[in-house]
Amino acid sequence: MRSILLGTALAAGLLATSAQADPWDMFDGGKLLATGGVSQVEGAGGGGLANWALITGYGTRDGIGGNVHYTGVFLPDYNLQSAGVAVGLFDRVELSYAWQGFDTQDVGAALGLGKGYTFHQNIFGAKVKLVGDAVYDQDQWLPQISVGLQHKENDRGPVIAFVGGKASTGTDYYVSASKLFLEQSLLVNTTLRFTKANQFGILGFGGDKHNDYSAQFEGSAAYLFSKRFAVGAELRTKPSNLSIAKEQDAWDIFAAYFFSKNLSATLAYADLGNIVIKNHQGGAYLSLQAGL
Amino acid sequence: MKKAIIFAAFALFASPAFADDPLYTDLGGKDGIDRLVEASVDNYLADARIKDVFAESNMDRVRAELKDQFCVVAGGPCTYTGHSMEETHKGLHLANANFNALVEDLQAAMDKLSIPFPVQNRFLARLAPMQHQVVTK
Repeated sequence: MRSILLGTALAAGLLATSAQADPWDMFDGGKLLATGGVSQVEGAGGGGLANWALITGYGTRDGIGGNVHYTGVFLPDYNLQSAGVAVGLFDRVELSYAWQGFDTQDVGAALGLGKGYTFHQNIFGAKVKLVGDAVYDQDQWLPQISVGLQHKENDRGPVIAFVGGKASTGTDYYVSASKLFLEQSLLVNTTLRFTKANQFGILGFGGDKHNDYSAQFEGSAAYLFSKRFAVGAELRTKPSNLSIAKEQDAWDIFAAYFFSKNLSATLAYADLGNIVIKNHQGGAYLSLQAGL
Repeated sequence: MKKAIIFAAFALFASPAFADDPLYTDLGGKDGIDRLVEASVDNYLADARIKDVFAESNMDRVRAELKDQFCVVAGGPCTYTGHSMEETHKGLHLANANFNALVEDLQAAMDKLSIPFPVQNRFLARLAPMQHQVVTK
């Protein structure tokens, strides 16, 4: 149902723009390289784990942009994959969808769920830029500020309930601020996320220990070595709602390379901390984004 | 009011206090900036996205004014006597994509002249806010 709504919204957005002579002209590709960011793990325009205030894609305020992404996080005892699509409308509104799969591999067998037991999530996102421009406002302190939400639907309700989770669906709300300190070649992002999600929602929402929304922090900084190449680090705090395991903060160090406005690759080392019965879940993070 | 602020900003940049601005030196002084303008304008005129903007322009004058302006923005001992950004771009109906095309062409020119990327960004940081005056569409 939700995907139909989203599809309709996307189609309406595209139709509204097709009043122009050639709708493909709306994909103006006019933004500067890298200024749409890459695709964060829940499908929004951002870094890897952290969300950014930038609107995804290369459409300027007169156009639209869009992209698809694949992300794989290969941890010692699990792996997390995400694939999705996102559109940026007039550098103002971003709509995104991501599918996530979290494969428990041998842990699934150890917990009696079966080897390779996999949690899936559908994540529908929307983001609106409120004020500021991260790139042009070099004469002001005001960052670019956006607000958004990510609605997540997990397909493993019974298991979530068994581990103490209170719901299999949940909605995160966030406010993000991004600022390019061009003189220092540094991009800085902070996000305040209001969430009930356990492990990004992979283990559901709310828990036996804590079942209210809590405010969590996401921050990232990236140094630009060239127009094409950025290196940075991110931190993302998470609530610990379940009594079966203490959830820890996640962080990563990343390198992103923009081959063109149509293709970028991000490589990172991501550490998600303890996940249920396994500690020190840190491993390789790979993400590819293709778009306009 | 806005215009007054822009002129004040230019006056500030042009003041002797900025005469030894390290950015001016890092861009190669007057010679470096002149070469940069020549290379940039060559790129503009070869760029299908924006070359039409200059169709009616006296390019000798555009080059001369840009050399003064870049010099002033970089903190060099020059005086910009041309029109304000708003006056110059009024009626051109430049879109944001056009502005970014100018930026990309300038970046390509700086690459060609082997200006280090951090120096490029220090210069672009001073030019970036002009987006507010240049983009009128």
